[in-house]
Amino acid sequence: MTDFPADRSITRKPDFSDAHLRRRYRAEARFRMYGIAAIFAALAMLAVLLGSIVSTGSSAFTQTEMALDIHLDAALIDPDGTRDPAILAKANYRKIVRDAMRAQFPDVSGRRNQRSLFKIISSGSDFDLRQFVEANTELIGTTQTIWFKTSADIDQLAKGAIPRDVPEGDRRVKDAQIGWFDTLDEDGRIRRSFNTTFFTSGDSREPEQAGVWGAVVGTALTLAVTLVLSFPIGVMAAVYLEEFAPKNRWTDLIEVNINNLAAVPSIVFGLLGLAVFLNFFGLPRSAPLVGGLVLALMTLPTVIIAGRAALQSVPRSIREAALGVGASPLQTVSHHVLPLAMPGILTGTIIGMARALGETAPLLMIGMVAFIVDIPRGFTDAATVLPVQVFLWADAPERAFVERTSAAIIVLLAFLIIMNLAAVLLRRKFERRW
Amino acid sequence: MKIKTLTLAAALTVGIAGAAEARDQIRIVGSSTVFPFSTAVAEQFGKTSSFSTPVVESTGTGGGMKLFCAGVGENHPDMTNASRRMKKSEFEACTKNGIDITEVQVGFDGIVIANAKGGADLDLSLEQLFLALAKDIPRDGKLIANPYRMWSDIDPTLPKQKIEVLGPPPTSGTRDAFVEIAMEGGCKTLPGAAELGLKKKACHAVREDGVFIEAGENDNLIVQKLEANPAAYGIFGFSFLDQNADKLKGASVNGTEPEFEAIAAGDYPVSRSLFFYVKQQHVGVIPGIKEFVFEFTSENAWGPDGYLIDKGLIPLPDADRAAMGKQAQGLQPLAM
Repeated sequence: MTDFPADRSITRKPDFSDAHLRRRYRAEARFRMYGIAAIFAALAMLAVLLGSIVSTGSSAFTQTEMALDIHLDAALIDPDGTRDPAILAKANYRKIVRDAMRAQFPDVSGRRNQRSLFKIISSGSDFDLRQFVEANTELIGTTQTIWFKTSADIDQLAKGAIPRDVPEGDRRVKDAQIGWFDTLDEDGRIRRSFNTTFFTSGDSREPEQAGVWGAVVGTALTLAVTLVLSFPIGVMAAVYLEEFAPKNRWTDLIEVNINNLAAVPSIVFGLLGLAVFLNFFGLPRSAPLVGGLVLALMTLPTVIIAGRAALQSVPRSIREAALGVGASPLQTVSHHVLPLAMPGILTGTIIGMARALGETAPLLMIGMVAFIVDIPRGFTDAATVLPVQVFLWADAPERAFVERTSAAIIVLLAFLIIMNLAAVLLRRKFERRW
Repeated sequence: MKIKTLTLAAALTVGIAGAAEARDQIRIVGSSTVFPFSTAVAEQFGKTSSFSTPVVESTGTGGGMKLFCAGVGENHPDMTNASRRMKKSEFEACTKNGIDITEVQVGFDGIVIANAKGGADLDLSLEQLFLALAKDIPRDGKLIANPYRMWSDIDPTLPKQKIEVLGPPPTSGTRDAFVEIAMEGGCKTLPGAAELGLKKKACHAVREDGVFIEAGENDNLIVQKLEANPAAYGIFGFSFLDQNADKLKGASVNGTEPEFEAIAAGDYPVSRSLFFYVKQQHVGVIPGIKEFVFEFTSENAWGPDGYLIDKGLIPLPDADRAAMGKQAQGLQPLAM
């Protein structure tokens, strides 16, 4: 015990007056309120963001369709009756669809009017019909009622995005086309159905034919490469630096560099990728492999830093106990320290992957900001990713792409949620408490 | 750390690269203005031919030229799109790398000055447009910083309204074309400008005092901002005006409204030509290039009733189109 000098002048008496106490309680309450207000402000912003995306994007999940009575004329589709796929693929489906349109509206004459009439049906309907015939060869020769997608403009009209009350000259959809659409609607030949194309096809310049599947597959391939490279390399680097490396000027230098790399703007990694992977190693442009490599370089520092922090948080006693019962340093790390640090490492990896998921800048340099119709089938096929798809659609002049942009954002968010969910589940599996 | 990663990554990728097959997809790079048209042709080509769908990248005209002229071989693109003619320096870079080029002019693009339907009508001359947007203007034999705040300050017949123009940033090809055609055009006819050194490049300087607002590369964004602010005018490509004709109206320039026919006939002054360039060394090596050029230059695509017109392309006059088509399909080499 130390003796304090009994000098009254420097001993302060606590102020227990009511006024002072009330002030303190009020300050406390205010502070809590600020916290709650901050949370609500953040939630409100999130709600506005999500609300605006969902309200614009949700209509893209449905598509207006029109029914046509199609005569699957055997003479046009398969004159010899062989059902040979090569012959079926070559038939003039365009003519069949157009004949059906003419039959539906027999009083539309003249080339200009007919062109205008054909614009209400999707220009991809001949391909849809081809697929229908190929899947149902037994129906050749019969007349079927088939639902086709309407063109994007008619779809936007049905959804109310193109107003009817402005002068005809200012509208994408002309009065005659609205008339034909209304006639079809009265006949029960118009319906709204779930837009499967949006989830099953690649990009297209026709909004009603455009889908995100190509971008989703591209994203999955790219992130797979990123994960396979950055996770093991990052964890190994973190384990070595934290558990085995001697503490000297070299490891200090390495540490500083890793911290700096984590803050480097992503476009720089794109330039590096262009110089090294494309120009030096001659890898193909636009390939998910190269995209994954570039994003792995970008993610690595994050994984290493998070990994080291997680390893540091494992108590010393665990290591000492393991070593004490005779485990080798390798056994200590692999049997005890690493499993305990795993939840933290996984969190760090997910943060890095989520950042990689949202990147477009580094991908621009390696040619992944591109219009790609075919669904990629491998790591070296040309591919694009979801954020790039959002970017490209946001720039497209057609009005129907506005809702598709938001819908693609919803898909991107869903992708992120699935990734995070997987991380949470994995973390829970590994979680230990002490 | 970086070296370790690189060597690991390299070891992994070299193996895969060795296994990659020869490219069977046409690769196109270049202008974002030609991108909507090039992609439409690519999609149509992929659907109707036996070749795979070409990959079209939007790199900007300059970036596309750089990639295109980098060399011959699978790793280099086969075509590049451009919203201006190839420069002599670019042509020389190409020639130095052993590339022979075919130039194809595909049509026109109009650049419009538009505002919301509810806003004031604007009928400008190029001169007035220059006076509204230039950084420095001549007055009394001297160059002074642009003093105009209201349209009516320039000419009493113009609307009594603050000048507020949203336009593309300097990185955009649309901006390049706008300053080159509209600003330079207005500057040329302005009395007393040339004597003060305001000619060619000097006319390109756009004012930076907040009257001209750089609104980013995304033209849809400018359209949305114009809707929200009827007093503002925006500068963008004709196809965005065409798609949003229910919300926006275009300003007349030199008495001509920005309409399809007027741009096609060359009456509307602010329009530019669009091109694509083909690498001859790749024809016959990468499958489908000749067929793709045929598709692009078919009447079904770039003719007055073609699908590119639906996408907003303004076609060449009939005679020019026929000549250009023949030249393109014969892969006539470009000389400069």
